[in-house]
Amino acid sequence: MSTEYNFAYLDEQTKRMIRRALLKGVAIPGYQVPFASREMPMPYGWGTGGVQVTAACLKPDDTLKVIDQGADDTTNAVSIRKFFEKTAAVAVSEKTEESTVIQTRHRIPEQDLTEDQILVYQVPIPEPLRFLEPRETETRKMHALEEYGLMHVKLYEDIARHGRIATSYAYPVKVEGRYVMDPSPIPKFDNPKMEMAALQLFGAGREQRIYAVPPYTKVVSLDFEDHPFEKGGAPQACGLCDAHDAYLDEVIMDDAGTRMFVCSDTDYCRMRREAGHIGEMGVPLAEDAA
Amino acid sequence: MYVAVKGGEKAIDNAHAWLGEMRRGDTEVAELTVAQIRNQMALAVDRVMAEGSLFDPDLAALAIKQSRGDLIEAIFLIRAYRTTLPRFGASAPIKTENMACMRRISATFKDAPGGQVLGPTFDYTHRLLDFKLAAEGGVETAPKSEADTDEFKPHITSFLNQEGLIQQEPTSDARPSDLTREPMELPASRALRLQALARGDEGFLLGMGYSTQRGYGRNHAFVGELRIGDVAVELDIPELGFAIEIADIEVSECETVNQFAGSKTEPPQFTRGYGLVFGQSERKAISMALVDRALRWKELGEDNPGTPAQDEEFVLYHCDNIQATGFVEHIKLPHYVDFQAELELVRTLRKEATEANAAKEAAQ
Repeated sequence: MSTEYNFAYLDEQTKRMIRRALLKGVAIPGYQVPFASREMPMPYGWGTGGVQVTAACLKPDDTLKVIDQGADDTTNAVSIRKFFEKTAAVAVSEKTEESTVIQTRHRIPEQDLTEDQILVYQVPIPEPLRFLEPRETETRKMHALEEYGLMHVKLYEDIARHGRIATSYAYPVKVEGRYVMDPSPIPKFDNPKMEMAALQLFGAGREQRIYAVPPYTKVVSLDFEDHPFEKGGAPQACGLCDAHDAYLDEVIMDDAGTRMFVCSDTDYCRMRREAGHIGEMGVPLAEDAA
Repeated sequence: MYVAVKGGEKAIDNAHAWLGEMRRGDTEVAELTVAQIRNQMALAVDRVMAEGSLFDPDLAALAIKQSRGDLIEAIFLIRAYRTTLPRFGASAPIKTENMACMRRISATFKDAPGGQVLGPTFDYTHRLLDFKLAAEGGVETAPKSEADTDEFKPHITSFLNQEGLIQQEPTSDARPSDLTREPMELPASRALRLQALARGDEGFLLGMGYSTQRGYGRNHAFVGELRIGDVAVELDIPELGFAIEIADIEVSECETVNQFAGSKTEPPQFTRGYGLVFGQSERKAISMALVDRALRWKELGEDNPGTPAQDEEFVLYHCDNIQATGFVEHIKLPHYVDFQAELELVRTLRKEATEANAAKEAAQ
């Protein structure tokens, strides 16, 4: 562990400030709490909000997992995991079930999380109303007054134009019947998972906002009675592990444009392959490693 | 067979090694020293200090070397370092009227006490490439003035103040909030706005200031005074009971004098815009003053026709180049999960549209 910096990089005062914002966020689910985000040694947009939240949550005995696009081995996930290995010397893991803190960008793990886990989301634009109203001064008022008509009009216009709601990721949710919240740019496939046993914390560094969804909180994807929310997802099964219930990435295999669909959650896919599931284009795990 | 994007860790390490090699460049060419950058790239150093919000020329020069001359990257290095520094106190406000000026000009008066001092300016150079510099360089020595350069140079606006012709700024001993320690909340105080502008991107402020001159929030400005030089930084030491000088820093200060026709409550008088920047950076100081003045429309009871430079939220949320560069550049990070969701949506929408068209044609 590098001793030039405090445990998990941030100084204790800063961590305390972030924890206060986190507690407020937990007390008011879905409410965006302003916090004095620090400049981190990675760029804004690379997960500085999530990194600060993780830093404020980590204890020396934690096991950290970092995923980007559902995978542990994407470059930025590797970089963030290395950052905490260096500055906090915590144990790291790629296994969802043995991690206590999971920082994620754009996905919720396929496996159900438990009460002993914290899921930290990296958030680019925390304001679900931002693309309908660019002014922060206005959107804060709209939240205060629970004035969400604009959002419903937007969803209605989608239906009028396309016959369905044309939002496929960062699909807005209503938390505990009060605040409309941006779930971060996860595919809407993941929205139903947000009612979970684990604590969900959201950090937006550049926008200086923290928000939270406590365990077992009601999280409802916005919809209409005659156009209920659909989580979507590819009709195929994972080519490697044959999962039918997982979110899949589409990979272009050759110049002819052959496609392969594989689990975006690499740990889930590994687990299934270890358990002996083999997809259409897959081979047993042992042969693949060779 | 599916080839996973494995080996991210090794790729990162190798990319960093390559970056280091590229930074050094051709080893036949002598390596730049931090001292060379600090001395001979002084204006780049100044910009990095100003937008990095940290007065330390050696660290700024190091950051420029490390970033291969990418100044925004250098500013980022300084910001990330700055945020880890403990704060052991806040200095007394610097007294720019006591500045040891190397440059001090006024566009509003031909002469004034303290005189006009051109200083080391590019203003009247002819922009002809000097090929001598490419060859051997050489040392130029400037003649020294006989005059007393330490003469006290009062602020030009103080002369307008004597007649009550210029708006008095409200004084306050209240401690201004710190942009780097508290989240920005709008509407922001002027102190907070000035903090944001002082570390804001030079190019952004230049464009914003320029737009006010071209009619987007027109507010004709005269440069009442522009001064560059060293000022003392004083810190109150509680154990001593008085302030002591802890450093001299170089700053550029610009005060603009703007027309103001008067409002329901205020008689006609001049108003001010203010710019203060670390180092020698008068382009930024002037731009900052123009934008500051444009943002003051509300307190002066002026109209706001909705121009960008008068829009506090627009200016303050977009002037920081570290925030901007991060968010603009982050779209190069993987987004394939979201893109997959969009692919599925577009395929569904197209399928529905094709089917609907086919059904329509069949009916005809």
